Amino acid sequence: MDIKSMKNYLYWLYCQFELITCSYLMEPWEKLLFYTFNITMLVMVFYTAYIFVPVHVSTAFQFFLHLFGNQRENTVSVLK
Amino acid sequence: QKNGISNGTLYKKKFVEHFEQAPMYVAVLTFLGFGVGTVFGYLRDFMRAWGLEKRNIAAEREQQKDFVPLYQDFENFYTRNLYMRIRDNWNRPICSVPGPQFDLMERVTDDYNWTFRFTGRIIKNVINMGSYNYLGFAETDVNALKTVTIELQKYGTGICSTRQEMGTLDKHVELEKLVAKFLGVEDAMVFGMGFATNSMNIPALVGKGCLILSDELNHTSLVLGARLSGATIRIFKHNNMQSLEKLLRDAIIYGQPRSRRAWRKIIILVEGIYSMEGSIVRLPEIVSLKKKYKAYLYLDEAHSIGAVGATGRGVVEYFGMSPDDVDVLMGTFTKSFGAAGGYIAGKKDLVDFLRTHSHSAVYATSMCPPVAEQIIRAMKCLMGLDGTTQGLQRVRQLGKNTRYFRRRLHEMGFIIYGNDDSPVVPLLLYMPGKIGAFARRMLEKNIGVVVVGFPATPITESRARFCVSAAHTREMLDTVLNALDELGDFLHLKYSRYSKSSHPELYEETRLELED
Repeated sequence: MDIKSMKNYLYWLYCQFELITCSYLMEPWEKLLFYTFNITMLVMVFYTAYIFVPVHVSTAFQFFLHLFGNQRENTVSVLK
Repeated sequence: QKNGISNGTLYKKKFVEHFEQAPMYVAVLTFLGFGVGTVFGYLRDFMRAWGLEKRNIAAEREQQKDFVPLYQDFENFYTRNLYMRIRDNWNRPICSVPGPQFDLMERVTDDYNWTFRFTGRIIKNVINMGSYNYLGFAETDVNALKTVTIELQKYGTGICSTRQEMGTLDKHVELEKLVAKFLGVEDAMVFGMGFATNSMNIPALVGKGCLILSDELNHTSLVLGARLSGATIRIFKHNNMQSLEKLLRDAIIYGQPRSRRAWRKIIILVEGIYSMEGSIVRLPEIVSLKKKYKAYLYLDEAHSIGAVGATGRGVVEYFGMSPDDVDVLMGTFTKSFGAAGGYIAGKKDLVDFLRTHSHSAVYATSMCPPVAEQIIRAMKCLMGLDGTTQGLQRVRQLGKNTRYFRRRLHEMGFIIYGNDDSPVVPLLLYMPGKIGAFARRMLEKNIGVVVVGFPATPITESRARFCVSAAHTREMLDTVLNALDELGDFLHLKYSRYSKSSHPELYEETRLELED
């Protein structure tokens, strides 16, 4: 039952996408072209995110750690 | 915005109009849809120009390629690429009387709406929510059409002449007297075509050196008549009295553009009910403005005659005013009387002037006798002169249907434009993809609707326009409302932020449980 309502909901979302972007009005080959373009763009965005986001996040994390980490070490040495 | 009345004491009852704006994301998505459509339009045009696709539309001949291009403007681009895709929702041929239900000829297309062919099947009893049949006089009942049949056999159908030559029949004289009596004015004149009444008579009434103040959303017939007359035209914002007053003051203070002389005549062109918005004109305020600034008023009651007012006499009666306040009363018989043609009514001097000077009287064929008889019988029914109360019942039924339909649509959460008392109900669709989907799915559910998009409406505000009729029964309206409810959920059309709960009966059930 849950799967059926989930499938209906996804179909409804797909219909909304079709209506909003006017792909409901397009002929089949135009739809193919449009969806290929969209899916290619999405794949490229996700691929770029997959490659670059971990590197960016770990660099940023190291930067902030370095900033606050140095302070902690300095205070510890003063206390000693 | 609801009640923008500047002088509340002029109105005898509440004047409530709705023009709700949709949330911002709707406008953004509408432009996105048009953008995608335009990109694909350019792609298809490119393919047609380079011969990769067959050309189905009008194009110039080879010898004319060096001339000024004929089909490059935006309107032709829009027609070729966007209108053609959803063209099957317009110009649908029907094959029965356009009463509350009609029969439709089924047509299919093999090449995406470039050509159509009829399958031969007839779709029966489609509920009619698009015809201007406000009082339900478009009927084929033999008893109702008895007098029309007699007149048809007596006079035939052709007039073969204009009013000034041999085309004035005793039927026209009888009809004109009846129209004058119905409206409460001195005299009236009838014409064969409603559009031509406006476009041919405004040039007779105003000319060069006169000023026309016309509403933003006036019908094409008024605009054409105004342009043909040669007078100066100034536009005021739709139903906005501050804008009109400012224009009137400027006109009187500054006069004509270069010579600064006084204007020969200032005339205000308004309509009773605007058919694309469903709004009613603010007549009491306009009449007080016209009296203060000594201007003339031309009221086009095409949609409001027969449809509003306690006894169906139009917006003048709706606001409780006297017909002497309006200088030129114009209306058509196409909408509420189930016939064709138009009239102009007012003082006797005005109508006598039009009988000699109107282009329509001199050159256009007059109304044919069976149609005149249909109007006579409809008007007699409305006034109660045929001995029954059927006319009054029809007007009351229309009022009830209008209020019920509008109330339910508001409760469901759709955005509806217009006054609460107008039988024209525009439901906003906004996105171009939804226009086609809405009309096709309503036809699958056996309901015929009229959808309107650009260029008849602003580009972001495409709509479906319902015309409620006195001939619709409660069951028909409920069928339509249930279908709209379902379709509104499926297409996500319920944008209103002010709706009450869409299923009030659920709340009542829980109240019962709490009482236990």
